[in-house]
Amino acid sequence: MAIEVENLRLSYGGREVLHGISFGIRRNEIFGIIGPTQSGKSSLLACLNRTIDFTADAVVSGSIRLEGEDIRRMKDVYGLRRRIGMVAPLPVGLPLSTYDNVAFAPRAAGLRSRGDLDVIVERCLRQAALWDEVKDRLTSLGTALSGGQQQRLTIARALSHDPEILCLDEFSIAIDPVTTMRIEDVLKELRRDITIVLVTNLVQQARRLTDRTMFLWEGRIVELDTTEVMFSETPAERRTYEYVRGIFG
Amino acid sequence: MSTLPDATRFSRTRHVARKERAEAFAKWLFFAMSVAMIVPLIAIITYLLYRAAPSLSWEFLVDVPRKGMREGGIWPAFVGTLNLVGLSLAVSAPIGVLAAIYLHEYSKDNWFNRVINLAVINLAGVPSIVHALFGLGAFVYAAKFGYSVLAASLTLAIMTLPVIIASTREALASVPKAFRVACWNVGASRWQTIQGVVLPNSISGILTGVILQVSRAAGETAPIMFTGAVFYKAVERGDLFPYGLTDQCMALSMHLYTVSTQVPNVRESIPYATAVVLLGSVLMVNTSAIALRVWLRNRKRW
Repeated sequence: MAIEVENLRLSYGGREVLHGISFGIRRNEIFGIIGPTQSGKSSLLACLNRTIDFTADAVVSGSIRLEGEDIRRMKDVYGLRRRIGMVAPLPVGLPLSTYDNVAFAPRAAGLRSRGDLDVIVERCLRQAALWDEVKDRLTSLGTALSGGQQQRLTIARALSHDPEILCLDEFSIAIDPVTTMRIEDVLKELRRDITIVLVTNLVQQARRLTDRTMFLWEGRIVELDTTEVMFSETPAERRTYEYVRGIFG
Repeated sequence: MSTLPDATRFSRTRHVARKERAEAFAKWLFFAMSVAMIVPLIAIITYLLYRAAPSLSWEFLVDVPRKGMREGGIWPAFVGTLNLVGLSLAVSAPIGVLAAIYLHEYSKDNWFNRVINLAVINLAGVPSIVHALFGLGAFVYAAKFGYSVLAASLTLAIMTLPVIIASTREALASVPKAFRVACWNVGASRWQTIQGVVLPNSISGILTGVILQVSRAAGETAPIMFTGAVFYKAVERGDLFPYGLTDQCMALSMHLYTVSTQVPNVRESIPYATAVVLLGSVLMVNTSAIALRVWLRNRKRW
């Protein structure tokens, strides 16, 4: 197991949004999380890399283990965040050059050598299928790229710190279908090396890409099974059947 | 819709006519108000320049006052204002900006920080005469600085501090939260985030806020009158730092008050020329603030 979550509870100022959920994510799988908005998907991701710590009134209990190690006990929280790549719903190019966008994380981790940075920047931009489009203008602003390019830039940045796990939070809501397909191809490539957590409210996207799918609803797991079963005629829960067919949600 | 005859669909109805009239009226009203805002400024400057013309010269700026301030220039007052404002900003700008960074980027929303916020807001609204009294009590008497450049500058610093904190926080808040989250997600600390992304993109707003306090500090009379500015001080002509920290000094705003009301038989153009120098310096500082902002804006990256 890459990640084991046990009885995870999260509340914001007394309002509980995750009600004690437990599940595991296997190594090198694409793990889908589906569910309507406000079901706690994004909050769950923030718990994984402990950026939830930046939310003042959030209270977390239960345990999350990364490769068997409790993330609450990790001394180096920055190291933890480097082990998990995060891609946000809206593309966020930092107001820096394309090169600096990708080099930001390695630099924050203390890497200074220009040669090493060059190698990392090229590798990540290639992995994100963006290299050919930006290789001639690495010094121009990352924020000047188109939305679809920025989202791939975000993916390159998330890969720049060599994560074991890549989490994508509804990465396709602000980009065009063509770019979405390109990124989906990127993900299929990446899965050989890393574990991918794909949060999406496009159920068909989950169906296309994921090995296993978890249906989260109002902070509880409705069902977690192989994607095949989840999208079959006979999932264990009636609500799963109805949700993936758009009958409720 | 398709059931309506074409003539009705595209004709100018009464509703549209009314809408267009309202639109035209609103536009002219707003335009008139923005013109009305410029008129007093131009009127003031023209009038001042006209009345000050007989005395205005380079000599007036760099010469010392003569014959009981009825002749000569205003150098001691001009350089005194420069010294006071410079020293006060040297104190208040670093404290204000760093405090604002803490309050906006680090502090959690607890009672302690709410009290600080409340204090900042209320301090910004305290009248300058009250700051003057505070400066008199705290710096002149309690800290035993006496009536001095130091006490006056610190009083001005206290006065400008809350506004600098407020404007810096505004500037920091203009940087989208998503940038910070993106940095945190890749394992950057708060400080790395601040120096890498937040400060480079808010520095123009921060500097503008600080520079605008120059004009406020330069124009205030009460705080320095109570704590260190004096009627007259003998100074070498053209000397840039004639005052020691513990000396008393002259200042433009104080000088303007003095020559307008306290000295009999002053040449009429001298108070006006003093006002022109004061206004001119303030406008020059403001213009440089705008230029700086435009320059930094053009380098803005999103």
